[in-house]
Amino acid sequence: MTDITKEALSPPRSFLSRDAIQLFYRLLAVLLICAVLAILNGSFLSLGNILNVLRQASLTFFIASGLTLVVLTAGLDLSVGANVALSACIAGTVIHTTGSPALGILTGLACGGIVGLLNGIMVTALRIPSFIATYGMLWVLNGLTYWYMAGETLHGFPAGFRQIGSGYLFGLPIPVYLLLVFLGIGTLFAQRTIWGQEIYAIGANPVAARLSGIPVTRRLLLVYAVSGTMAGLASIIFLSRLNSAEADIGESLTLPAIAAVLIGGTSLFGGVGTVFGTFIGALILTLVLNGMNLLSVSANWQPLVTGIIVILAVWLDMKTRRRAQ
Amino acid sequence: MSTAAPDTASPSPVPLLQLRGISKEFPGVKALDDVSFALYPGEVHMLLGENGAGKSSLMKVLCGAYSADAGEFFYNGEKVTISSTADAQKLGIAVIFQEFSLVPYLDIAQNIFLGREPKGRIPGTIDRRRMLTDAKRLLDTIGFDIDPSVVVDTLGVAQQQMVEIAKAISQNARILVMDEPTAALSDRETELLFALIARLKADGVSIVYISHRMAEVFALGDRITVLRDGRRIDGVRPADVTPDQLVRMMVGRTVDMTYPRNFADKPGEVLLEVKNLTAPSGISDINIEVRRGEIVGLCGLVGSGRTEVARAIFGADPIASGEIVFDGKPISGEPDIAARRGIALIPESRKSEGLALLRSVGDNLVVSALRKLFPSGLFDPRSGQRTADGLIRQLRIATPSARQMVGLLSGGNQQKVVIGKWLAAGAKLFIFDEPTRGIDIGAKSEIFALIDRLVAEGAAALMISSEQIEICHVCDRAYVMREGRVAGHLTRGELTEENIVRLGMHHA
Repeated sequence: MTDITKEALSPPRSFLSRDAIQLFYRLLAVLLICAVLAILNGSFLSLGNILNVLRQASLTFFIASGLTLVVLTAGLDLSVGANVALSACIAGTVIHTTGSPALGILTGLACGGIVGLLNGIMVTALRIPSFIATYGMLWVLNGLTYWYMAGETLHGFPAGFRQIGSGYLFGLPIPVYLLLVFLGIGTLFAQRTIWGQEIYAIGANPVAARLSGIPVTRRLLLVYAVSGTMAGLASIIFLSRLNSAEADIGESLTLPAIAAVLIGGTSLFGGVGTVFGTFIGALILTLVLNGMNLLSVSANWQPLVTGIIVILAVWLDMKTRRRAQ
Repeated sequence: MSTAAPDTASPSPVPLLQLRGISKEFPGVKALDDVSFALYPGEVHMLLGENGAGKSSLMKVLCGAYSADAGEFFYNGEKVTISSTADAQKLGIAVIFQEFSLVPYLDIAQNIFLGREPKGRIPGTIDRRRMLTDAKRLLDTIGFDIDPSVVVDTLGVAQQQMVEIAKAISQNARILVMDEPTAALSDRETELLFALIARLKADGVSIVYISHRMAEVFALGDRITVLRDGRRIDGVRPADVTPDQLVRMMVGRTVDMTYPRNFADKPGEVLLEVKNLTAPSGISDINIEVRRGEIVGLCGLVGSGRTEVARAIFGADPIASGEIVFDGKPISGEPDIAARRGIALIPESRKSEGLALLRSVGDNLVVSALRKLFPSGLFDPRSGQRTADGLIRQLRIATPSARQMVGLLSGGNQQKVVIGKWLAAGAKLFIFDEPTRGIDIGAKSEIFALIDRLVAEGAAALMISSEQIEICHVCDRAYVMREGRVAGHLTRGELTEENIVRLGMHHA
């Protein structure tokens, strides 16, 4: 058995797993960015600014965390931003007409979830590649939202509702609590449930996953529905924080969310990545943009810097991955 | 046999094409071993052999797709080289593959003259009218009455084959190599093809014809060359042999391969019963029964529908009619249902269908057992790791640890991981599709010992293999498939390579 002896002789893999190495690099990057910004601008380390960074990162994270699950299955959801816009406008209308924030929140979450489920149906039952299905959905949702709002702006919500996005509890913004809760839930779901394990397996090889007895269709439906529901959640935070809703609020949300997923180390080919990584990705993205604001760098440079970070992060991941192999 | 052995059955003294001592080796496999072959003008030369006997390799050497490691080529008695497809084309050698190489969205004329279109008067244009009349004339000569401006996509398989042949003729092909040309044809279309072959013969075109159908071999062949394990076994005339003799030439292997096995004297209760199963994937009226404690073989030629039967039982492909009863209850639906009921599929291509290559050995080992190991739905990595470690020890999977990427293991160890994941899942019926493909001999006997142990403990196995010798040594009995149907059943006493081949070939 020549092959077996050969393998027994080959050195075992390094003590640190590939995922651990990647996470380590990312945390290092966060510290480095913080250190540089602290040196360049004294106000960076102020509590107010740090809380501000976390609050901004939370919005990107809510959208990106659900998206992470989709990307883990080697799919993509381009409709998340448009979904936020539609869900926000519908939730806002419900709150205005019924006066009940609770009902509005439920409607927003349900709207997001249903849109996600429709994406899932297109991907599974109709076998449309997720990239195309959700791209089409983006236009459909935009169309619906623009028609529904007809240029109007929803404005002015009950004070209690506005607390969700802009309130504080024990000195911390409420979105930061939500961020921690959903970071925990997302991580547990991906790492510590059999559904999470099955999602990784589907992303790594969908054919083998199906032939291993994993109900691939049901898991994909779940993943797209979760991604939509998280967009619904983001729409509530958004609505509550801005105290208004317009048809075009979603347009600047999708691409940063994808950037956070990629900077966070989740592979577009599926099967590799973590929700925690996506949190770090959202944090890095927000820190850099925040730092540029503090240093009075023109906002026109922000897309360029984002692009460079994404490319750098993915390139570094591919390098460590190749070394691990 | 020596390379200079005279071809006793030669109808004419100077061969159009002669191959002497052709050898071709791939890592670990001698695909062709000192093969000599002569083709005379205007003859139909049948090429016969089991799966893996070297027919395809010989065909690829002929058309220049492979370059031979050793050996010589003679064209009309003159030494030539064939080291590229261009060389072969210059000598007038054309191959009609089973998978056609036509461009589906172009019309017949465009396909025939692809890359050689007649030039129009204005530079860069194509003389469309001349192309159509030339194509029409060409189609007439092969007796194919069709408008050359018809788009190929709309044609049936037989018609596309005609276009392929017309294209070959237009390139002045003198030697046509056909790979199972009637495999997808109806009886009527086959007749038309045979008429065309007769016409081509009369024009002096030589044809190398690969077939698994005995009737064709005797109806069409002027001479027959039998290959086995990459060697030329014999060259005969149809008049001098019987089908039985040909079968014996194809199998007569005497490799010593013994896998110790305790054959089931008294098999247990029926575990799987397939009744009149018909599926759109190309199988019809399948009736199969597997009992606990049995290893049942499923043999037949590649493409006879063996894999399709396995996939239909597992729910991987939809079925049209019929019933599958597992463990006393009917079963239908997706693979997750079959897996939960206790059916395991170990697919033929383990890299693309059996494993997530970039994931760890441990992840792959527990993937099918998640529901069983963690009924609450909460996954515990440590407990998963323990299960994986246990399987690694039990199956003696050679890996530094459960965290090793499964893609880095050898074929035999990867196969053990695929089997292991179903052990963890507690499967009762194991369907193996070519379980020993690409695995060295040592690992093979380990796999067979494992299958033997499984059935001894009350599981059952349905095993697909193209290695008839393995079926004969390992199986309690076997079904033989032919053209999507079960052609016969062989009991332990009847299980011989000859019987398998005889049932698997097309006699009628």
